[in-house]
Amino acid sequence: MPLPTPASNVRVVTLRIDGQDLSAREDETIIEVCRENQIPIPSLCYLDGLSILGGCRLCLVELEGQNRLFAACSTRVAEGMHVITNTERLQRYRRTIVELLFAERNHVCSVCVSNGHCELQNLAQGCGVNHVHMPYRYHQYQVDSSHEMFRVDHNRCVLCTRCVRVCDEIEGAHTWDIMGRGSDCQVITDMARPWGDSTTCTSCGKCVQVCPTGALVKQGTSAGEMVKDQSFLPILARRRHQR
Amino acid sequence: MSASATKITVATTWLDGCSGCHMSFLDMDERLVALAGQIDMVYSPLVDAKELPEQVDLGIIEGSVSNDDDFEKAKAFRKHCKFLISLGDCAVNGNVPAMRNAFKLDAVIERAYRENVDINPQIPTEGVPRLRQTVLPLHAVVPVDLYVPGCPPPADAIHFVLSELIAGRTPDSNELTRFGA
Ligand code: SF4
Ligand code: SF4
Ligand code: SF4
Repeated sequence: MPLPTPASNVRVVTLRIDGQDLSAREDETIIEVCRENQIPIPSLCYLDGLSILGGCRLCLVELEGQNRLFAACSTRVAEGMHVITNTERLQRYRRTIVELLFAERNHVCSVCVSNGHCELQNLAQGCGVNHVHMPYRYHQYQVDSSHEMFRVDHNRCVLCTRCVRVCDEIEGAHTWDIMGRGSDCQVITDMARPWGDSTTCTSCGKCVQVCPTGALVKQGTSAGEMVKDQSFLPILARRRHQR
Repeated sequence: MSASATKITVATTWLDGCSGCHMSFLDMDERLVALAGQIDMVYSPLVDAKELPEQVDLGIIEGSVSNDDDFEKAKAFRKHCKFLISLGDCAVNGNVPAMRNAFKLDAVIERAYRENVDINPQIPTEGVPRLRQTVLPLHAVVPVDLYVPGCPPPADAIHFVLSELIAGRTPDSNELTRFGA
């Protein structure tokens, strides 16, 4: 698919990322430029084709001359910007975020349908998380299997809201929402009614495909069988925006 | 120096786990022969020794800390082993045994020993260690020197870790294994 033609008044800026001189359109974000140039930055809530949330904080980067850290997904590039993506401090924070995600809910990879195809699991390996320092919460979360095709297991949810955004922005159904605060947060369908009773869900399966973990899966998959395909998303997103 | 003088002593045990990590250890197949020339297995479910020796170079623990016996074994291994490896997901993160933590212990016992039993249902009290309220990963009970996650960790990861330790290096098995491997 061709990219949408940029508005004619968009300028090009030059910036440095990890010592590499790059140019980018001024309406691009740091994470977009990194992905275009094969500079690895971990992320969970960011997904090309969906609106920006900036919630997981895994894509934090350092900007030279600034003390605080910036989320690469929600920070636009600027002329002369100097971005550093992989310092000791950033690695430490990323590891901590991943560990907290594991400690908060119940992730038992060995019996999970997404074992071997999970973005959280891959992140742990990529960030060098081979154990979790903090105590696990061992809280009991529910599983809703009422939908005839899909299932939601809140134990595996990382609250990235990809499902909420894809259903609203791409499918146009807005079945998903978020309820509660802090660690009590949870994704809900319609007015917190069982997914199977939803009057808005079209059963398109987009939410299942974009979910990074084993939280949203197809019924009938057993351990390790749930493989996701997100390649449809940027294509659909571009078509929607071209209208 | 004789060959045996350079051998490192190894002790292994399994706590609340399925013994899959020990099976993965055996999955090293013919590499075990070469390894046998470099390590001395002084205590393990795989050998016949009854007592954990005073001084062991390398301790390897599979399984989570789930009952009083697991707790004592973990303490003893830490006390007597110079270097301690947490092997496999049960030891590293609690894994399947820790799934009972989301329920009350009494409810778990009731379900296992009464509700699902047809003949003579009763809760055993003699000859079995008391279950602890919460299943914990090994490092929540004793300090651990090296983590090798995986359910089970592949034989290649175990072989790499042992070879590196024997060579005097600190291994990083991250490339070879992960949670749920
Ligand atoms: S969702 Fe991912 S991290 Fe969580 S248990 Fe499943 S495979 Fe493991
Ligand atoms: S299946 Fe489609 S319509 Fe239904 S909740 Fe998921 S994204 Fe929304
Ligand atoms: S269900 Fe999946 S996509 Fe939705 S918030 Fe949870 S982890 Fe993200």
